[in-house]
Amino acid sequence: MPASLDELLRMYRTMVLIRQAEERLVQLFAAGNMPGFIHSYIGEEATAVGVCGALRPDDYITSTHRGHGHIIAKGGDLGLFFAELYGKATGYCRGKGGSMHVTDMDLGILGANGIVGAGIPIAAGAALACRMQGVDRVAVSFLGDGATDIGVFHEALNMASLWEVPAVFVCENNGYADFMSRATHQKIERVSDRAASYAMPGVTVDGNDVEAVRDAATEAVARARSGGGPTLLECVTYRWRGHYEGDPQPYRTSDEVEEWKRRDPITTAEERLRAAGALDDAARGAIRDEAVAAIDQAVAEAEAAPMPSPEDALEDVYVDLVEEGW
Amino acid sequence: MKLSYARAVSLALSEAMVADDRVFVLGEDVAHGGAYGATVGLLDRFGPARVRDTPISEAAIVGYSVGASLAGMRPVAEIMHMDFIACAMDQVVNQAAKVRYMSGGKASAPLVIRAGTGGWLSAAAQHSQSLEAWFTHVPGIKVVSSGTPADARAVLRAAIADDNPVLVIESLSLYEGQDEVPEGAPAYRLGTADLKRRGDDVSIVTWGAMVPRVLEAATTLDAEGVHAEVIDLVTLRPWDVDAVLESVARTNRAVVVHQAYRHGGFGAEIAATVAERAFDHLDAPVARVGSLDVPVPFSPPLEEYVLPTAARVVDAVRAMA
Repeated sequence: MPASLDELLRMYRTMVLIRQAEERLVQLFAAGNMPGFIHSYIGEEATAVGVCGALRPDDYITSTHRGHGHIIAKGGDLGLFFAELYGKATGYCRGKGGSMHVTDMDLGILGANGIVGAGIPIAAGAALACRMQGVDRVAVSFLGDGATDIGVFHEALNMASLWEVPAVFVCENNGYADFMSRATHQKIERVSDRAASYAMPGVTVDGNDVEAVRDAATEAVARARSGGGPTLLECVTYRWRGHYEGDPQPYRTSDEVEEWKRRDPITTAEERLRAAGALDDAARGAIRDEAVAAIDQAVAEAEAAPMPSPEDALEDVYVDLVEEGW
Repeated sequence: MKLSYARAVSLALSEAMVADDRVFVLGEDVAHGGAYGATVGLLDRFGPARVRDTPISEAAIVGYSVGASLAGMRPVAEIMHMDFIACAMDQVVNQAAKVRYMSGGKASAPLVIRAGTGGWLSAAAQHSQSLEAWFTHVPGIKVVSSGTPADARAVLRAAIADDNPVLVIESLSLYEGQDEVPEGAPAYRLGTADLKRRGDDVSIVTWGAMVPRVLEAATTLDAEGVHAEVIDLVTLRPWDVDAVLESVARTNRAVVVHQAYRHGGFGAEIAATVAERAFDHLDAPVARVGSLDVPVPFSPPLEEYVLPTAARVVDAVRAMA
């Protein structure tokens, strides 16, 4: 069933929130307010939002190093999210995870991941658990095109197909694995061609079209939920910013980036909503203002929040043990 | 009851599966009883959903276990030979061991990895290693071992009941050996050492496949009037520091014995701790007996020469006198 206008509007709103949050993060990072490093999701919003639009709150996801969009799209709390990225005690992971490890078990977010491809078998294992428990939850693994080169991708998809686990493997093909363009790291034309090796459906959609993503994800999720097994869903999109903030990007031209910016997933959704009479300038402004206000509040709270006590580092290693300090 | 080590393992698995619906086993050939017979009978009793043969995919075996445990199951994965765990290192070291910490305590991965470990199989360099030091090095995972059938059962039950990821080192060279296993429900608390033999002259700290060999050495030493205390560490992380220090304070001598390579082996951690915390009690430097620092060779005389023996343990103790 295609998305209703209400649903499209909801997805548009979430995409705007992700974009605004990411733009703010880029500014905060450039100003030196953020420890570590961040991988911006700008340009890929339609993939996270379209896929999560097909999920229930109790479904599982695993995310990636470029995971901010997935967390927000799955319903993550902005306050906990920003506090974590600031390394604060009040953050999602009490300051122990940061950008690459945001986890929210209440929302089924089994963790972003700093190791490329590592979330793939983890999502599939969660899907196996759902099947064994007789519940109709599904698990989605977000992964990049680069992750389809690592061995565990192939091991995990082979087993998922064999066991018909309720999983959807969502490849965000953003054109680059680190600094390497797809042509330099894979010979196949479509990432979804790899599904053939595992006798599972392989689907390629325009990852910048939130409705197309949502429709394809809905079909894959329905298949998984009804016992029809896993799907490899390739969403073709583009990373507007570098691999990480500060990446000088000598490996691509600004013309290429500008070309993709003309295919902005948010603009595309906006044009459709306008054409259908569901969005005007005032509503557009209100949605943006609402996102900015939510981010302002989350950032202000995060900045005011306390840093963890150094000795907190000794907790959370084991369920039942605290490690010794100095 | 008299049971082989392998049967004690399958008994523990079936007991755990009866006690807890969340427990299931997965690994290469496990539905066929396992390459070394540790899962014999489980398929018939519990069915293919809970006794899952996997493709030859160690990273996925552990990765699926991480995911299933996060989602509320209690997977028990078999790694046929510990050497093969190299194929799954990311999932063990960066995922299973880290997920709780990285999530600030929100997520837990209570999975068990059973690894068939060690030599004396004439299986050569890729099927004979004792790699426990790779894992005792990493915070977030517990590491346990067993040197008798009774311990194999008790330790595995405790590992499955534990809420953390646990690596269980099973000694393949002991698999066929039979010994008495108590009838009643086993009780082992992770982190506690087991005093296998009392003595006042030297403390020998060991685990796994070396336990029976060290006990043999202790018998030989008895005849020479040297009474060795044998501490089976059982749990390597977190290890029972107090039990070792208490013993050394009494005997004033310590030897650490493990099958793993001597260089960088977990024995070095124990020796260093004894030196740091019991230096004043020591009448001799802490000695270490381990495998020679070469890959485990194939031919029996070569392997016998490289791996530690009861005779080498006896020599090490004699040299301290």
